[in-house]
Amino acid sequence: MTSTAPAAFRRLFNEIGPVDYVGIEERVAKYTTRSIKKSSKLFGLKLATSMVDLTTLEGKDTPCKVESLCQKALSPHDDPDIPTVAAVCVYPAMVKYARRALGEDTPVRIASVATAFPSGQAPLRTRLAEVKAAVSDGADEIDMVINRGAFLSGEFQLVQDEIAAVRTACGIATLKVILEVSELETYDNIRAASFLAMRVLRPNDFIKTSTGKTTLNATLGNNQVMIEAIRDFYLNTGTPIAMKPAGGIRTAKQALQFLIAVKETLGDEWLNNTRYRFGASSLLNDLLRQIKKEKTGVYQAPYYFSEAAESY
Amino acid sequence: MPRLPITKTPKVYVGGAFIRSESARTFPLKDAAGNFFANIPQCTRKDLRNAVEAAAKAGPGWARRTPYNRGQIIYRLGEMLEARKADMADALLIGGASKSAAAKEITATIDRLIYYAGWADKYEQVLGNVNPVASPHFNFTVTEPMGIVGLLAPEEAPLLALVSLIAPAITSGNTVVALVSTAQPYPAIVLGEMLATSDLPGGVVNLLTGFRKELVPTFATHTHLRAIGGVASADERKAIKLGAADSVKRVKLSKTEEPVDWFSGKAQSLYDVRDTLEFKTTWHPIGA
Repeated sequence: MTSTAPAAFRRLFNEIGPVDYVGIEERVAKYTTRSIKKSSKLFGLKLATSMVDLTTLEGKDTPCKVESLCQKALSPHDDPDIPTVAAVCVYPAMVKYARRALGEDTPVRIASVATAFPSGQAPLRTRLAEVKAAVSDGADEIDMVINRGAFLSGEFQLVQDEIAAVRTACGIATLKVILEVSELETYDNIRAASFLAMRVLRPNDFIKTSTGKTTLNATLGNNQVMIEAIRDFYLNTGTPIAMKPAGGIRTAKQALQFLIAVKETLGDEWLNNTRYRFGASSLLNDLLRQIKKEKTGVYQAPYYFSEAAESY
Repeated sequence: MPRLPITKTPKVYVGGAFIRSESARTFPLKDAAGNFFANIPQCTRKDLRNAVEAAAKAGPGWARRTPYNRGQIIYRLGEMLEARKADMADALLIGGASKSAAAKEITATIDRLIYYAGWADKYEQVLGNVNPVASPHFNFTVTEPMGIVGLLAPEEAPLLALVSLIAPAITSGNTVVALVSTAQPYPAIVLGEMLATSDLPGGVVNLLTGFRKELVPTFATHTHLRAIGGVASADERKAIKLGAADSVKRVKLSKTEEPVDWFSGKAQSLYDVRDTLEFKTTWHPIGA
């Protein structure tokens, strides 16, 4: 199949248009120069908090760790003005513990990575069974990985068929399609993969940058490529697709820069947690810290916030 | 054609790097004769915040080093200063010191570093204890560094006073964010260059130049600073005590109006090491 790959890519690129690499880099460099202060900063920080998919994806996750994560998701801080996060994101085996901790009637959704996360290298029926198991255990959202091997060898139909199969297996659960941008190599490929996924997704399903398990994660650059793809797709078809950058967003400052990108590319329609999410674990504490700083005017020590890794 | 002079841009040593203020502001420094010498970074509260973050990052590693190794590194800093005496003397001359006064201050500074380098692996024996208790337990008191210490250096003795404040704090594994003399900031800039070559991990000592009026309030309120030391005026002391009460930090300040003799033997003491230590007492059953 490899020999047909260039032709397949060329056809797709012709359809969706290329990415101007220099243009994207220049555009995102500008986002870091915006001055967001005082009340607008506080608004942004709270909005970002409400968009966090509080994530734990480690081999050492235990039911108790997931429970404490859920507690943190429900009440990130003792200040009642601070919203709950959008969702917790856990491995399929931990979904039932998350559901038990959160209960049925809860504002916090449960997302689960399924489909042999993070590599996706398992037979399709195994991956589908994993999705169904996670949904029946109570997952509201499924984060799947695409078949990067198939994508890079130009087997686009296979990639889309697998996404469609997972979408069906999800039932009413929201689907998030992880492109794993670090393995796609170029901005053109990221745009191409975004379009392949969007064409088989339902409105308000997500495309997501990365698993967080590789070296390169969400950057303003690949976020920009993907939200521009979402914009172009929306303008052509009227179908709104949501976006989730994941991995590498650790500070409130970064989060605000991503929100600026969303505001200036997709507009206010996307500035809510059904259309935009942050996949992160340490980001939440920094958001809380900066909210507290905005409210009190006093710089805060990280150990005033729960589960800070550093105690010095 | 005459050669154009290559003048140095003074930058402050923060987090192991030489930085300008994030605000890009500077203030002019004049030499003793009143001629323009250089533009010095006018650090802001955000620079202080960044310095505290750098100190927090460096802290655990520095505290985990063996006391012996910390002693070696502080001794090495003394060596660096000894080897670059001439540079430092030039820096002190800009502030109006005479040659002999500069030499005296440098010698005293090196001796001070060696003094604390010696204490690094000995203060624990003196300050820690095995306490007598009326039950079958061992009862130990051991010391721990407090964390990040904020220091306000006085205007006079721009090198010696600064080092006399920094050295006892880092001896026990604390990290330091220091505001240096505003009137004579240049020796601290040169000291930063020596710190960078002394095996001291980046971020353990962070030096800020700037105006006290801008920075002292943030020193007072920043909750990540565990202690404040140095020299302050009456108004500053009040602001610091109020801020420190909210964030529960230890305050030990000398008064600007009662100048300290930094050359005196009284300006160095084991008790200055104790000022930035916490004491932990633990019980352990005998025979278990």
